[in-house]
Amino acid sequence: MIGQGQVVKVGIADMNIAKAPDTIRTSGLGSCVGVVLFDERSQIAGLIHVMLPDSSLGRTETINSAKFADTGIPAMIEQLKLEGVQPFKLRAKIAGGAQMFQFSSSRDTMRIGPRNVEAVKEYLKKYSIPIVSEDTGGNSGRTIEFNPATNLLNIRTVNQGVRDI
Amino acid sequence: MYEKNITSMHLDVLKEIGNIGAAHAATALSTLLNKKIDMKVPKVEMVSFDEMMDLAGGPESVVAGIYLRIEGDVTGSMFFVLPVEQANRFIQRLIHDESFDFQVGEVSEIGASAMQELGNILSGSYLSALSDFTGLKIYPTVPALSVDMVGAIISFGLVEVSHVSDYVIVIDTALNEEDVPNVESVKGHFFLLPNPESFQAIFNALGVQ
Repeated sequence: MIGQGQVVKVGIADMNIAKAPDTIRTSGLGSCVGVVLFDERSQIAGLIHVMLPDSSLGRTETINSAKFADTGIPAMIEQLKLEGVQPFKLRAKIAGGAQMFQFSSSRDTMRIGPRNVEAVKEYLKKYSIPIVSEDTGGNSGRTIEFNPATNLLNIRTVNQGVRDI
Repeated sequence: MYEKNITSMHLDVLKEIGNIGAAHAATALSTLLNKKIDMKVPKVEMVSFDEMMDLAGGPESVVAGIYLRIEGDVTGSMFFVLPVEQANRFIQRLIHDESFDFQVGEVSEIGASAMQELGNILSGSYLSALSDFTGLKIYPTVPALSVDMVGAIISFGLVEVSHVSDYVIVIDTALNEEDVPNVESVKGHFFLLPNPESFQAIFNALGVQ
């Protein structure tokens, strides 16, 4: 790598922010969706590892906002605002939402990947954040890493190699 | 939150469940492969989702994973995961085809179905032992197979739990193949992830308050 930055890691149902030359990464996305919100000019990016579409599904006393699409996206916008990013400048790249297993049963929980993708899109639209590129669906796990210096989202899969979107 | 009510005695009970289930599965695997299979003492832990990935070898390690749902008096998810090299060796031995390889893009149908059948037999013997021991009705669904990053596979089983908690109680039993050099030895795992509402059923069945 050219940059001397660190890799900021984001766990499952977690979120964080990175500034160039650092990059930000989350590993092993299956049905979960990785949502990158970035501002080209200030070279700062946030990454959310969304696990569920909607916090109304949550039955915990305290909510981990990063876990859900509807709470994770506004929480990330707020964090980026604290870093001085103006929300109207934000762009998004998303990846994940795979269906890791093929079932004959059509239970709704089995469609969690596609539902996560739909919810992420719905809430990005609600906050008027355009999606610049995406790599969603399919049935492969993904590890993604965003570089705020180049605005490229690197996607690694086991069977289909590596690409940037 | 359900995790507050679990004591160390409860964890011991769950450990025993892992012991009984996995012992039966290990015996079935020994018979199938005509190999001595060693089973480790099960670990029962309450872990964060990220720690769960680490238990399984880190989110990016490539495994052959068998997933099935459990229905009946107890609900939850069950995984049997094997590092892909070991899954290859098992399947090669089972179907008498030295060239079988999960890593090649197109997995042969016979190999994939042998792996599913392996999962079926092992999880079936695990769960029927558990059912006999507790007297609970436990119905496994048909297993599904995925060869991919373990994080992507396991997170699927965490979806249900994630509705109620950021932690999961995992009953983890590791398997080892005897008489092979340590580096090559099997690092297979059974992960049993009961849904939170099922713990009470398990404890009641075993007369634990």
